[in-house]
Amino acid sequence: MRTAFFNWEAYKRSFPAISRAFLLNVKIFSIAEAIILVTALVLAVLRGLPGPVFFPIRMLAIAYADFFRGVPTILVIALLAFGAPALQLEHVPTSTTFWGITALVLIYTAYVSEVYRAGIESVHPSQEAAARSLGLTRSSALVHVVLPQAVRRVIPPLLNDFIGLQKDTALVGIAGSVEAFKQAQIEVSADFNFTHYLVAASLFVAITIPLARFTDWLVAPDRRRRQAGRLV
Amino acid sequence: MAEHEVVCLIGASGSGKSTLLRCLNLLEPVDAGRIAVAGEEITARGVDVNRLRRRIGIVFQSYNLFPHMSVLRNVTLAPQKALGLSLRDAEARAGELLERFGLAEKRDDFPDRLSGGQQQRVAIVRALAMQPDLMLLDEVTSALDPELVAEVLNVIRELAEGGMTMLIATHEMGFARDIASRVCFLDEGVILEQGPPAQIFSAPAEPRTRQFLDRIIEAGRL
Repeated sequence: MRTAFFNWEAYKRSFPAISRAFLLNVKIFSIAEAIILVTALVLAVLRGLPGPVFFPIRMLAIAYADFFRGVPTILVIALLAFGAPALQLEHVPTSTTFWGITALVLIYTAYVSEVYRAGIESVHPSQEAAARSLGLTRSSALVHVVLPQAVRRVIPPLLNDFIGLQKDTALVGIAGSVEAFKQAQIEVSADFNFTHYLVAASLFVAITIPLARFTDWLVAPDRRRRQAGRLV
Repeated sequence: MAEHEVVCLIGASGSGKSTLLRCLNLLEPVDAGRIAVAGEEITARGVDVNRLRRRIGIVFQSYNLFPHMSVLRNVTLAPQKALGLSLRDAEARAGELLERFGLAEKRDDFPDRLSGGQQQRVAIVRALAMQPDLMLLDEVTSALDPELVAEVLNVIRELAEGGMTMLIATHEMGFARDIASRVCFLDEGVILEQGPPAQIFSAPAEPRTRQFLDRIIEAGRL
């Protein structure tokens, strides 16, 4: 067990290569998270549009969220990363990493939009009423009063989804991109020592823990303020 | 309501005071009937509610300050975004008002650092910064600790002396008697009786009004 799983020599040997491959994971989730922060917010806002005029848009947004939350991530990645290049269309990228990122964006936009939506709904209606009573338009009230409060409140669950996303970057490996998990697999198949998986695991953990502590630190003052302030 | 008039709405909880105020600002959907403000029918179709609301300030029982903004930003937001003032002009206007109501030192604080009375004064200043023609005050002292009520009432008194037209829903009968040019007693959504405060408080014509006032006196609130 010690030689096959907790082999310090093997750990040291494969660490540089897997670390380098992990940079691709970092790249994937960095790009994906930046895009998702925006697309998910747009989706959440679309879903909250009032009145019968926006009914079709609301329905589309709901259908989108339902679909991409229901389909397994690995399936969407396989579909896009293998399927899209197979179409052999001009101007369609063939990079599996590109399609992996696209798949992750599609799926996590659905998840994160739900988080945003919960945040928007948690802002008491009296806040919007106060903003509208001052003559602000609906969109102005949303942008300046509702969304800033909503986004601050959902930072912890947002981060939770992003930790999930960071782990799911390993799934892009199955499409052929050599990220940390794929690199570890390559190392394991060379010497049948599973320690290499632990190398990849420790890299993932090493990046999520500081992020979680950072978020705690980030939301602490705002939480204090909100608990003291009257919102009802 | 005439200009510079101060009308107080009194009546039991649920008698429709708040609803009436919220209708005037179109925060509450108006099902039937018509409302005219300053000669303009606001319940007509196609009325620009945003333009209308800019002329009518409302202050709520629970302040409803924006908790994520400093006092100054609370006051400058609407003048800047709804009236199109430059930030500098909006801040000058806000600074003046905060100074006038003794809140100048609090301008950079967040609402959570303020007492209830201070928060409510900021809420009044926030509404005033839009330079409204009419102010609606919805039980603005009901959520306050008793010792903080006076500071808010003094602000309202000052506004009345300055000629602000105001419609005030209140449970502070003594205050209503002092400040109102007219008092309306509401019961089950209708104005049952109205008149000068001296008449309403000393010689109410309606039995329901008398009953209501008797209960208030019993509770030692008049």
